[in-house]
Amino acid sequence: MIQKLLLKISLMLCLLTGFVLDAGAQVQRFPKPEFQSGYEVPKTLEPAPRAPFMEYVDLFVLVAVMSITTWFIFKKRSRKAILWLSVFSLAYFGFYRNGCICSIGAIQNLSLSLFGNDYSISYTVLAFFTLPLLFALAVGRVFCASACPLGAIQDLVIVKPIKMAPWLQKTLSLFPFVYLGLAVLYAATGTDFIICRYDPFVGIFRLGGEFHMILLGICFLLIGMFVARPYCRFVCPYGAMLKISSLFTRKHLSITPEECISCHLCKDSCPFGAIDYPVNEKENKATRNDFKKFILYAALIPVLMFVGGWAVSSSYKLLSSGNPDVHLANMLVSKPELMQQSNDIDVVTFLSSGESLKTLVSQATVIQDKFRVGGWYLGAFIGLVIGISLLNQVIFRKRSIYEANKGDCFSCGRCMDFCPVGKPEHPYHQIKTNDEELEK
Amino acid sequence: MSKLQSRRQFLKEILRYSVGVALVGVAGYSLKKAKANNYVWQIDPFKCTSCGRCETHCVLKPSAVKCFHAYALCGYCDLCGGYLKPGSTERNTAAENQLCPTAAIERRFIEEPYFSYHINEDLCIGCSKCVKGCTSFGNGSLHLQIQHELCDNCNECAIARVCPSNAIIRVPANNPYMIKGNFGPSKKA
Repeated sequence: MIQKLLLKISLMLCLLTGFVLDAGAQVQRFPKPEFQSGYEVPKTLEPAPRAPFMEYVDLFVLVAVMSITTWFIFKKRSRKAILWLSVFSLAYFGFYRNGCICSIGAIQNLSLSLFGNDYSISYTVLAFFTLPLLFALAVGRVFCASACPLGAIQDLVIVKPIKMAPWLQKTLSLFPFVYLGLAVLYAATGTDFIICRYDPFVGIFRLGGEFHMILLGICFLLIGMFVARPYCRFVCPYGAMLKISSLFTRKHLSITPEECISCHLCKDSCPFGAIDYPVNEKENKATRNDFKKFILYAALIPVLMFVGGWAVSSSYKLLSSGNPDVHLANMLVSKPELMQQSNDIDVVTFLSSGESLKTLVSQATVIQDKFRVGGWYLGAFIGLVIGISLLNQVIFRKRSIYEANKGDCFSCGRCMDFCPVGKPEHPYHQIKTNDEELEK
Repeated sequence: MSKLQSRRQFLKEILRYSVGVALVGVAGYSLKKAKANNYVWQIDPFKCTSCGRCETHCVLKPSAVKCFHAYALCGYCDLCGGYLKPGSTERNTAAENQLCPTAAIERRFIEEPYFSYHINEDLCIGCSKCVKGCTSFGNGSLHLQIQHELCDNCNECAIARVCPSNAIIRVPANNPYMIKGNFGPSKKA
């Protein structure tokens, strides 16, 4: 009974003083009881996370899928096999691994690790970032063909792809580079992982998430029925890097196993507009005269880089307002009355932390300066990309056959399926012989 | 092969190797800083201000953040600040007296004058009402932790992004919890 009384008294004292003590106080206000009844204090359960070695299983699956895809593309030449492999990847990396671990998101981990202070990337994440790029440099975008769950889910919903005007397709394909630059800037300043935050399919993989993101995912899939793989072609920042790697690969998927007969069946089969057609000599002469244009565009690149750098850097205030510290500092500076009375959780927590507004503002200024400097790099990068794509318009490449555009091709293998060369049973040959007979 | 073609071939070769070298260079450079250990997200209970955002901002519904009870720290109070609503008339398990909105805290009598409190994880939604009560009036043995069997371990935790006190941090996967320990000799308030 005395114990109980003591407890009550101490509790009363505590109630009186409790409000004064701050929330995280490390005080054991009430002594640990000495139990008479033999009660044993239980241990707090700590359910273990997924075993760390499972990360290596993920890595193994990634390498295996990309290697098997390479084999399917070059030896088996089978679209069906690649399709089933992509279904497996969708199930494994998408629905089983819930879209995390992912090469696209790894861009941000790498940026944060390179530019941030207190984060270091893990070996598996680094491998997830590097390996698909190395594969692309060696054999083309096999990662996009079947290892990427985002690509797989979009590839499965293609119903009736429309042909896009080349100018529109080329212009829209610039956006991934902008997105890539923004993602690196935001991750490097420790602000946000925008690729993960605005990943439209992760909510579908998890069968739950924010309403507007799932809605966006469904929109992407609906659009994807007619504009094939819209995320991969016009949004994916990792796709932009894979595109550059893949452009310089020596070995790449070939549409036809032997000599091209220029039947252009492959061009109609490709939903992504990634097949280049033969260019004739007349066109050649016309573009050869564009030498002046070439010089002009080449001289334009540094100008574009400077203008881009200046434009992005001077909008640092807008860009940095996504940072929570900068946002809070801006809010408190513009509305000082919030310091007196506010229900905002961020403001209340900041005030109770005892930090002065001055330190917050100086922290925010440091981050804003990072955005100002990073803005120059980002803007120059965007200018460079636009400049090079302009320059590409006046560079003539002689082509006598139909071939896959190494940069844009996802190595999905549809064109191999449609190519009649070496397939005597292909309807193309029958139609052709029929036509010839009719002519006779 | 024409002269033009072979020159283009040569330029392509150079570009191919420079892309390769750049890639290996970046990877090699970051390898210096890389670690074998992977990270998971966890709440630092001493930074946590029990603002309630863990309940609402997790990508999982209900949240992967649960209340954990550091039994070693608990005072086994009859009048528990984490269990009872402030101003409750009776100290019993009646619904109107319970602070927890889902009745996830199980109160059991042990011996005069001690009661034990146990969290039913299936019911807990991570709202931190009990945590606030316990840290304000008690020992602070109730505190929030990320339950790793449930957590998806997103690349960037959606709660960490909005946590007002930056209490959600990356911790090594082989030591994934920050359970409050015993703070040594007790001090009276």
